[in-house]
Amino acid sequence: MALLEVRNLIKHFVRRHGPWRAPTVVKAVDDVSFAIEEGEMFGLVGESGSGKSTTGRCILRLIEPTAGDVFFRGENVLQFSRARMRRARRDMQIVFQDPYSSLNPRMRAGDIVEEPLIIHRLGSKAERRARVGELFTLVGLDRDHLARYPHEFSGGQRQRIGIARALALSPALIIADEAVSALDVSIQAQVVRLMLELKDRLKLTYLFIAHDLRLVENICDRVAVMYLGKIVEIGTTPTLFASPTHPYTRALLSAVPVLDPDAPRQRITLDPDSFDAGAPLKEVGASHWAAV
Amino acid sequence: MPDPLLDVQRLTVVFEGARSMVTAVDNVSFEIAPGETLGLVGESGSGKSVTAFSILRLLQPPGRVASGRVVFEGRDLLSFPEREMRQVRGARISLIFQEPMTALNPVMRVGDQIAEALTVHGLGDKNEARARAVELLDAVHIPDARRRVRDYPHQLSGGMRQRVMIAIALACHPPLVIADEPTTALDVTIQAQVLDLLRELRARYNLALLLITHDFGVIAEMADRVAVMHNGLLVEQGPVRQILRAPVHDYTRRLLAAVPGMRVGGRQGRG
Repeated sequence: MALLEVRNLIKHFVRRHGPWRAPTVVKAVDDVSFAIEEGEMFGLVGESGSGKSTTGRCILRLIEPTAGDVFFRGENVLQFSRARMRRARRDMQIVFQDPYSSLNPRMRAGDIVEEPLIIHRLGSKAERRARVGELFTLVGLDRDHLARYPHEFSGGQRQRIGIARALALSPALIIADEAVSALDVSIQAQVVRLMLELKDRLKLTYLFIAHDLRLVENICDRVAVMYLGKIVEIGTTPTLFASPTHPYTRALLSAVPVLDPDAPRQRITLDPDSFDAGAPLKEVGASHWAAV
Repeated sequence: MPDPLLDVQRLTVVFEGARSMVTAVDNVSFEIAPGETLGLVGESGSGKSVTAFSILRLLQPPGRVASGRVVFEGRDLLSFPEREMRQVRGARISLIFQEPMTALNPVMRVGDQIAEALTVHGLGDKNEARARAVELLDAVHIPDARRRVRDYPHQLSGGMRQRVMIAIALACHPPLVIADEPTTALDVTIQAQVLDLLRELRARYNLALLLITHDFGVIAEMADRVAVMHNGLLVEQGPVRQILRAPVHDYTRRLLAAVPGMRVGGRQGRG
């Protein structure tokens, strides 16, 4: 059984333009299905507005989906009561992109990491402080900096605080929403290495939402490509990158700068009329599906 | 070797506080030949943008150039009176910023913004400048340019705004364009289009480009030569193939090793 299974997930945002004009519907997530196995690093890629972050948020019900099912360990979390959902979130945590805006600037780093333990009423004060100390060490932060405020940390360190906070409740699934996108490349490499280490050590499963295809190619086991609210292609990383099948995936991969100045450059421009936007995913190879 | 178009000699820039002084750019020297693209790479705080701002003398206090020379077309820009410097900016050296939404005037039609770039330098009257604005939007491949000149920046997509910025930068046919992270805020498919456009315009107008970026992919696509900055120092400089394949300085090696999909000293392959 998959750890997480998303079935026919739909999120429509309705924009109203006043009483005399018809509302417009934005289909941010438009019938998305995928499953993530325990211990997998699953990449969800796409450009701005493709619906990848909305998908992540719908799984945690930070945004309520319009329709669909989200099974976590076989249970449909969309049918959970609020209290049951709150307990379920102990197992599913999110790390956000911007370490500058996602941490409360008026809380000390130690308190930020401790807060989830307080919310879920776990342990005595002494036990919680001990756990926070452990978490600091686990993510490579200095325990002497527990009393510092977020602005006293660098971007990479701040993202470590965000990771420590996400790990406080010992979750099984981490949704990393562009978690390293805002970081300088050398810092990004360090945080990615940490995330991979933690994956092995704590048996974590990741939904890794990102726009950086080179990064995803390097760290993810499987990848799904989103375009205009739909998954247009999904497969194991080596297969999908070696033989992209959907016209959008091809265009996207051809746009990534190649790190070799002498490599031939063949840009593929996407012709939206060249494919059927409503086509269902079909198997195009071993563990490889595309909406063609 | 022709005379360099831009010759930055031992440039040092400091930021002075009440009790402390930070050297943001430390004794940096490099040259750019006419038509050449120099990629200036480094991480946040390395001093690459400060270097660009110093060349154009757009540095704000407490930052100031402590020493060095910025020789452009044979003359030291640092010795120019401000009035003369204004004739260099935009006309001889122009600047493309990362964030077109903040660099463009939100309450001015894009055509007027392009026309303004021409009229402030005395290149044509209002009507000529307006006609030229349409030509320039055409040159940066904005469809339906005749209608688009009347748009405000918020009516354009991010990629189109960056094209407008490029049109403004090219309005006076400057021999040198400084592009500070020109595609960083863009999606990868839009980035590819903007890089293709820059390459095309560079060839058509024989532009020299000082391309500031943190992305080695952009460097590999665009640069003839590369200069690597770290903590205000220029640690390594050389032809793009040499820097990417056989970096010498330890920092360059570490930086390249951190790039996903990069194997230092070897060829990277896809699939």
